[in-house]
Formats: sequence, structure tokens, C-alpha cells
Amino acid sequence: MRDYVLFSGNEACAEAAIYAGCRFFAGYPITPASEIAEHLAKRLPEVNGVYVQMEDEIASMAAVIGASWAGVKSMTATSGPGFSLMQENISYAYMTETPCVVVDVQRSGPSTGQATMPSQQDVYQARYGAHGDYESIVLCPWSVQETFYLTVRAFNLSEKFRVPVILLSDEVIGHMRENFLLPSEGEVEVIDRIKPERDLHFEPFGAKDPSMVPPMPSFGEGYRLLVTGSAHRENGVRDYTPSVHQKLLERITKKILNRKEEIVEIETRYVDDAKTILVCYGSVARPALGAVELARKHGLKVGMIRLKTLWPFPDDEIAGTCEEVEKIYVPEMNMGKIVREVKRCVGNVEVTSIPKVGGVIHGVKEIYQWISSGGEG
Amino acid sequence: MDFFRGRRIKMKSARYYREKYLRNLPTKFCPGCGNGTVLNCFVRAIDDLKIDLDKLLCVSGIGCSAWIPSPFINSDTLHVTHGRAIAFATGAKLANNKLEVVVFTGDGDGAGIGGNHLIHAARRNINLTVILINNLIYAMTGGQVAPTTPANMRTSTTPYGNPEYMFDLCKLVSAAGATYVARTTTLHPLEIISFVKEAIRNRGFSFVEVISQCPTEFGRKNKLDLKQTINYIREITTRKEEEGKLRLGIIHKGERKEFTERIKETGGAAVAES
Ligand SMILES: Cc1ncc(C[n+]2csc(CCOP(=O)(O)OP(=O)(O)O)c2C)c(N)n1
Ligand code: SF4
Ligand SMILES: [Mg+2]
Repeated sequence: MRDYVLFSGNEACAEAAIYAGCRFFAGYPITPASEIAEHLAKRLPEVNGVYVQMEDEIASMAAVIGASWAGVKSMTATSGPGFSLMQENISYAYMTETPCVVVDVQRSGPSTGQATMPSQQDVYQARYGAHGDYESIVLCPWSVQETFYLTVRAFNLSEKFRVPVILLSDEVIGHMRENFLLPSEGEVEVIDRIKPERDLHFEPFGAKDPSMVPPMPSFGEGYRLLVTGSAHRENGVRDYTPSVHQKLLERITKKILNRKEEIVEIETRYVDDAKTILVCYGSVARPALGAVELARKHGLKVGMIRLKTLWPFPDDEIAGTCEEVEKIYVPEMNMGKIVREVKRCVGNVEVTSIPKVGGVIHGVKEIYQWISSGGEG
Repeated sequence: MDFFRGRRIKMKSARYYREKYLRNLPTKFCPGCGNGTVLNCFVRAIDDLKIDLDKLLCVSGIGCSAWIPSPFINSDTLHVTHGRAIAFATGAKLANNKLEVVVFTGDGDGAGIGGNHLIHAARRNINLTVILINNLIYAMTGGQVAPTTPANMRTSTTPYGNPEYMFDLCKLVSAAGATYVARTTTLHPLEIISFVKEAIRNRGFSFVEVISQCPTEFGRKNKLDLKQTINYIREITTRKEEEGKLRLGIIHKGERKEFTERIKETGGAAVAES
């Protein structure tokens, strides 16, 4: 019989990284993400891993990609300002199809904003922050335990699709302490890197099979790899021919979009007879669930959809669940962002934003006020 | 080429080096560019050292000089974002300490945008070799001023002459804690070979700066032809201590423990194992 321990979301994230096989962390201190680095600085050496504090977030992201190509699962963790600094190299990771995990524990911005207080203001930065054309995978936990599962999943998806995966946490989840059960070995699936069959003609940037994801060799294995952020052929040689680059971009976007159903996860509560639905994600899903349950007590037919995967956006899942629904509310700790995506998928259903800024999370009664009054809170 | 004078050189045929070390791809350098000399000398150095190409990783950033290894050298190559080559190399080296990691960087790449990484890699004394090709300008983007451009020189963004002072990178890197620091020029190919060999052999952070001619950008902007550009490099370099000039030779050798040894000493693991 294993015991529950009191763990923070950031600690659960760090333990999940170890569980998933991450053996390299490079980072730079920033509130409210620093505990992930601190925990891994202690834990990684115990499992023959390496922790290094770099000179900034640009270097951290660079080192993570370098380590990944050297064959080691790797991760970094940061918050808004640091996440911005990482974007150029995250773009490089999309282009070079480098598996790695980037954690953004969101705090309130813009800029230094309210450095110690939560927000969900980086949802678009997580999707569109890097330059160029690419498809992102962004996961969004709502509890300490789920931070563990989604961190492991982030590593799994990054290896499976050869992409950087972003775990979008927030200050509430990162710092909150909850009962946490560390899964035993083998209890949660861990996916390792798919390596090529030993073949000197192997092309590390071309996939012949429908997965569109090429297996990934590492430095030092004799493949004499050419890895570049410039447009490249399937063998890695730089090539600016329009058709070559078009083919590359089609593959690196379709490899995600064509297998969306393997990535997208949502959770629904009380949706079967619901006339009103709250679409929410991350920490805000907690007061949202409270509001739904309060509404049910008052006889209101309210349900909730929680987005565990923020990107690729669960268009079909939301549209499918909301077919019979009359009204949708989207509470989020920003001025109203994901609400635009929700509007895009549900056609004529009335969609209302429940924004919240200032570094505080919505209250249960506050959200309930909005839904029970049928409009403005 | 003063360094050849009075020396007997034993070299294998050009074909031997080409077939063994280079990919069969055309280089993109302008006629008279110094980058070819650096590539040539590097290949001879790693041949002398009998470096296993399967274990060699060449990392480079963005700029003409970053094209020296990528895609020409037939080893693993990682061609990264502007200025960040040393940071990428740090990750690769810490993840697999068996790799021989060499960074090729330009003066803008390594000392402008990437200067902070240069300082901190030197401070950590991580076992990397950095070859910085200093052509005194941002060449690839059309000849803009660099932190290494000498005072008063013309570039496309200093049309009235450069008001800033040039950066002595060897002094910077020595002060930061590198354990091997040397400077030479493309006029001294044998010295490039010997410095690169010593740099690779040094267990710690090694820095070899090669002052190189860029006739296309630096030359033209200053109305210097190839020969005059090369002569200009002679003018700004010295073998003695001379104020305002760049000293050539071995600038600094230090005794400090290498970064992964220090990690081990403080209870960490030297190499990540997955
Ligand atoms: C982030 C970023 N900023 C600017 C550039 C444009 N850029 C490309 S090469 C270069 C200068 C390179 O100069 P240097 O490192 O001296 O190399 P050289 O071409 O002189 O060999 C610049 C500014 C870029 N690629 N990325
Ligand atoms: S622009 Fe200058 S540095 Fe670049 S290839 Fe031409 S000569 Fe060499
Ligand atoms: Mg330059």
C-alpha cells in the first residue's frame, strides 16, 4: 500500500520528468517555475542525469536541444518572460524535429507584471510564440496529480511525434499542494525514442511511412548527421528549393494534424443533459467545476468541458459535445483568449467570455453568478 | 605566408583530406575568403590528432563562418541559431561526454549576439573547442559593424567610420576562465593547425581566434583589395604587447578542473545516461 504525499504541482512535474526518462535539465531561475529546477537539481544526479543552470533561457533551450540530439530526453521549465526568450530556439526544435519538453508555469503579465501571481495569458504564446509555420502540442493540467500524468504524456508525445511539447501550467497549479500518489514503475506508459535500423543511407528528415515521423538517430552513432534550422532535404542537406521546403513543412504540420485524435484529450462533467456548458482549462477548471456543482444544486442544467489538450485545439470534441447546448461560457485568467477558439468551433451557439485578470483566480460564486444570471456576472 | 618560412611541412595529398573529411558538396565562400583556409587547417589538425569522425560533433551558429563545418565536414554537425552554438554544444557535451565537440563561430555570432554564452562556457571551463573566425565585420548580412570592427573603419552601418572600439576577445575569454586561449590569422596556416590541435587536446574550454580576411564586405567597404585586406590584418596584429593591436600567439593557458570533473566532484553524474 503506497502512501499519498503532499506535493506541489512543480514537484510533481519534476518527478514525472524523472519517471518519463528525462536525464537532462537546463534552466534559468524564474518565479513561479523555479521549484522544478530545484527539485531536479537534487534528483537528477541520483539517477545519473545532468542538471545545469545556464546563463539565460535562450541558452537553456539551446542546451536542451543539444542534449536531445545527443540522445537524452531533456527538459526546461520557465515562466512568461523566459518563455519569450526561448521562442527562437523552440522554433529551431520544430524545424529540426527535436523531441523535448518545455514547461511554462504561467504568471501574470505582460512583462514582469505580477511576477508571483497566476494567469493563463500565455495560451497563444504557447501555440504561436515561435516564428514560422508549425503545429504545436500544448497540454494543460488542472491538479498536482494530473501535472504528473501530463508531464509524462508530454515526453511521450514529444518522442512519438519528434516535436517540442509544451506543458502549460500556471502559478496556482505549480505552487498548490495536494495529495499526490507517485505511480510505481510500469504503471504509467513511457514511450522511448524510435531509433533507426542501422542503415547508412537512412534519412533523418524524411519519413516514408504514414506516421510521417522519421526515427531519430543521435550524435556519436556514426550517422554523420546534418542538423540545420535552414530548409533542408530529407538527408539534412540545406536546400532552398521551394518544393523541397513545401514538402518539409507539409510533413511537419501534417504529422501532428493527421493524428490529432491520438493527441487531443478533453474531460466532460454533467454534459449529457446540459443546456449551458463551461469550457475551461488549467486551474480555472477547479472553481468552474465548483460553479457547475452549485448550479446543479439549484436545478440548472449546467455542464463542463475541460481541455487537457489545448493545442491541437479540440474543435471536433467541443463541437460534438455542444450540439444541443444553448449557451457556452469560457472562464479564463486572461482578457478572453481561448473563447475565440471556442466561438470558432460551435457555430451559432452563444459564447460568453468570463475574463479575469489581476493575478487572482475566479471564485466559485463568481462563475456561478455569470451562469445563473444568464449573462453578465 | 611568414609562418611557412624556413619550415619543412609534411602534408598528405589534398585528395586524401578531401575524401576522408569532407562531404562532396560545393563551398559557398567568395574567392579570397579566409574561411576556406580555416576549413583546410582544421581538417589537417583533426587528421594529425586521428580524431574519429563518428565521435566528432561540429556545432556552428549563423554567418559565413558558420558554414565552415556545415555541411562540408563529414562528421555530425549541428547548425543552430545565431549566436547560440556554444549553448547547444554545452547541452550535447553534457549529455554525451564521449563526443569531441568543436564550435565554429563568427565574431558577430560568438562575441556580439552570443557573447554571454562565450563568457559562461569559459567560466565553466567545459571541455569544448571554440574556433572563432574574426573577419572584423558582419559579413553574411552585408557588412555591418561588429563588436570587433576596429575604430574608424567603414561598414554599411558606420558610413562615417566606426565610433566604437574593437573588442579583444582573447583577453575577455582568458579573464572569464578558459584554460587555452590563442590567436592567429589566416596568414599563418601552420599556426592555426597547431593551435587547433592544442585546443582540442586541452581538457577544458579552449578558444582559438583566427583573424580572417573578408574581401567582399570588409575589403570593399574600406576600398581595400584582397592584398590590401590581408595587409590590413598584418597592421592590426602584433607579436608583442602593443596598445590598440591584437596580440598573436598563445595568449593564456590555465589550470582549472574541467566542468564535468567538477560536477563529479560535487556529487553529480558526469554523463547523462538514459
Ligand atoms: C537572431 C538573429 N538576428 C540576426 C540574424 C541575421 N544575421 C545572420 S548572419 C549575421 C552576422 C554574422 O556575423 P558573423 O558572426 O561575424 O559571421 P560572418 O558572416 O562575418 O562570418 C546576422 C546578424 C539572424 N540570423 N538571427
Ligand atoms: S562575404 Fe566575406 S566572409 Fe562571407 S564568404 Fe564572402 S569573403 Fe567570406
Ligand atoms: Mg564576422
